[in-house]
Amino acid sequence: MIFAVILVLIVLGSVIFHVFSPWWMTPIASNWSYIDDTLVVTFWMTGIVFAAIVLFMAYCLFRFRHVEGRKAAYEPENKKLEIWLTVATTVGVAALLAPGLYVWGQFITVPDEATEVEVVGLQWQWNFRLPGEDGKLGKSDTDLISFDNPLGLDPDDPNSADDVVVEADDLHLPIGKPVKMLLRSIDVLHDFYVPEFRAKMDLIPGTITYFWITPTRTGEFEILCAELCGTGHGFMRGIVLVDTDEDYQTWLQEQSTFTELTLNDHIKTASRAKP
Amino acid sequence: MVEFTPKAAGAVPPAEVPDVELYHPTNWWTKYVFSQDAKVIAIQYSGTAILVGLIALVLSWLMRLQLGFPDTFSFISAEAYYQFITMHGMIMVIYLLTALFLGGFGNYLIPLMIGARDMAFPYVNMLSFWIYFLAVLVLVSSFFSPGGPTGAGWTLYPPQAIMSGTPGGQDAGILLMLISLVLFIIGFTMGGLNYVVTVLQCRARGMTLMRMPLTIWAIFTATVMALLAFPALFVAGVMMLFDRLLGSSFFMPALVELGERLEYGGGSPILFQHLFWFFGHPEVYIVALPAFGIVSDLISVHARKTIFGYRMMVWAIVIIGALSFIVWAHHMYVSGMNPWFGFFFATTTLIIAVPTAIKVYNWVLTLWRGDIHFSIPMLFALAFIVTFLNGGLSGLFLGNVVVDVPLSDTMFVVAHFHMVMGVAPILAIFGAIYHWYPKIAGKMLDDTMGKIHFWITFIGAYAIFFPMHYVGLVGVPRRYPEIGDMSFVPESINELNAFISIAALIVGAAQVLFIFNLLWSIRHGKDSGGNPWRATTLEWQTPTTPPPHGNWGQNLPVVYRWAYDYSVPGADEDFLAQNDPWPDKPDGAQA
Repeated sequence: MIFAVILVLIVLGSVIFHVFSPWWMTPIASNWSYIDDTLVVTFWMTGIVFAAIVLFMAYCLFRFRHVEGRKAAYEPENKKLEIWLTVATTVGVAALLAPGLYVWGQFITVPDEATEVEVVGLQWQWNFRLPGEDGKLGKSDTDLISFDNPLGLDPDDPNSADDVVVEADDLHLPIGKPVKMLLRSIDVLHDFYVPEFRAKMDLIPGTITYFWITPTRTGEFEILCAELCGTGHGFMRGIVLVDTDEDYQTWLQEQSTFTELTLNDHIKTASRAKP
Repeated sequence: MVEFTPKAAGAVPPAEVPDVELYHPTNWWTKYVFSQDAKVIAIQYSGTAILVGLIALVLSWLMRLQLGFPDTFSFISAEAYYQFITMHGMIMVIYLLTALFLGGFGNYLIPLMIGARDMAFPYVNMLSFWIYFLAVLVLVSSFFSPGGPTGAGWTLYPPQAIMSGTPGGQDAGILLMLISLVLFIIGFTMGGLNYVVTVLQCRARGMTLMRMPLTIWAIFTATVMALLAFPALFVAGVMMLFDRLLGSSFFMPALVELGERLEYGGGSPILFQHLFWFFGHPEVYIVALPAFGIVSDLISVHARKTIFGYRMMVWAIVIIGALSFIVWAHHMYVSGMNPWFGFFFATTTLIIAVPTAIKVYNWVLTLWRGDIHFSIPMLFALAFIVTFLNGGLSGLFLGNVVVDVPLSDTMFVVAHFHMVMGVAPILAIFGAIYHWYPKIAGKMLDDTMGKIHFWITFIGAYAIFFPMHYVGLVGVPRRYPEIGDMSFVPESINELNAFISIAALIVGAAQVLFIFNLLWSIRHGKDSGGNPWRATTLEWQTPTTPPPHGNWGQNLPVVYRWAYDYSVPGADEDFLAQNDPWPDKPDGAQA
């Protein structure tokens, strides 16, 4: 009896919490609103199933609670009902899966016009590299990493020369243009996670992973690490700013290319060497 | 509704092998310590698992103190926090749930429920426990090792697990963890082979496979799965030991740490993840299936009704067991593996929802037109259905690859897996302990304490983990010692976190009452008699309670019917024991 009441309260409480609590997804800033839609559909379907089953249970507990003289029915099986329930469940699951796979198909199909941006993670900071004027990222190798070349770019690759290197600073992205984020780590696993973009992906040392987005809203967003990467994991933060085209170009002009950085370093080293 | 005609008891085959004499203990040591009696081993397993579980409980308190009230407890550094989550997770999944379900309930219930005198290999069974005990000692010793236990997360992902940026990575912590796991698997394999062989070879006359209680079907299937899944963890553990100690590079690519190029190269971190989850996903069902089986039996007994759709239930267990081996990479949708895998693993994962849903329907349909007694075991079984349903449904978010992308690695995942494989199986364990304690101790557990324990645990656990989904939905990542200043997180989430922490402290404290009840009732509990729940299965039909070594006295039981003959029309009582030859005369079958 009490149990039946509690079950009804659990259903009511859960629904009320869901509807009235202030906690929901942060407003989206990328093209992946389909992901949000699929998530909301899943909430509806699972919520209805949860409420239906728990309320049915509550009814059973109330209606068939032990009273003097009650005897349970003897019903080992009911083929028809079992088949009916199996088919209905299969249909429901397929209805969830189909849109999910459809959106996944889009998620993993990077548009041809997407520009590449490289994210390089290390314990515990974010670095970035843009392809520069030639539109191509130069090769990189973990063995080339040094104090002067923290991202391990290949100086012999002509594509590296104009690559824009953003070391432990904010990343800027232009609004409305698809970007393919190439993810690279030089030490442990990390995960590039911007809640407003919805997308996320692990960085794996020794491999380059990727995902793509189109930013749809200007603003400043936080980059978090979402894959445990050691003691500093909770503090591995960065900033990504989605800019209007104009602001983006201004920012881009201020950045240094790989060549400039290495030159500067040489000059610095040279000036330090003077007595 | 199926037509029912009381059938003559099914044919019982003649005994094929003679009853054998067991090795009986000769002194205190061989009776209580190095015992070969499955029931004593079961209690040793359970006692050890519960004790080590209490450590995990305290760790969860410390974690929640940190999350609910950040900057308050200066002794909980980021290092310590990661050590707490790692040890909490590993203890709960492996050393408590797996050990308690298979080593504890498996040992106690298999011989009794199938009508055997003991396990097939009692000596190996004893070794199994002692190796498990050694594994626990090694694990606990890491708390006292220099640098403390590993803080690599219970998934132990390399490269960070064996690097200096992770607590215990370059100290003894990770080594002791891996050695302990390897020992655990060795010990488990000995026990597991025993459970499988015993179920296949040692059943009483008349106990056909399709007459077995679902508890046995579930423990049997879970054991087969564990025997196939644990080797993957075993090799992963050994390879990681090699990487850490001998400088091999199974999981270690070329990498730079603090500006220094390490001597590794060519290995694959993602290979470890595949091996880990090839074990890790079946592991979820290794702890869920026994809970399924136990809950099926509890509901049937306490609703005085035959379990609904027994054959479907058996097949669902077997199908879930088989499917669980081809869904592992749904833990890795955003791991950077080939994204085309997403289609396959999302499909298999959602298919597994169908047999799982059938189980839920059948539990609820067993209640329909039942005669429901709200005994303490029943309360826990019913609560299991609610939490398991909740956790199973949130699995449809995470299994459906694209919906997983925003939620992966957030607190939503933490809420999901705690609901489905933390709270739910533990509620089943509690139900099982309240249910079978009278057989083990000959006394009932105290009802009032049981009710208080139940309501705090059930409502409290729901209050902890239901709102936690929304912390993840907001975007808060898991494995963060504090939220700190995140621009997308509203202030109010801190209040929610404090609420969850307070609920967690209360639920934890209620477990002390449970432990007290366990100890108090040994002396002060009401006498239970041999079959207090008026249940059909064989363990309740032993000549004496608690059953002695060898279980059955002079004659082994003979089984005439399945495990679920409750409220059979025409029968005098509302249950017919499996060894009751009704409506035939009892003497006809003794030959």
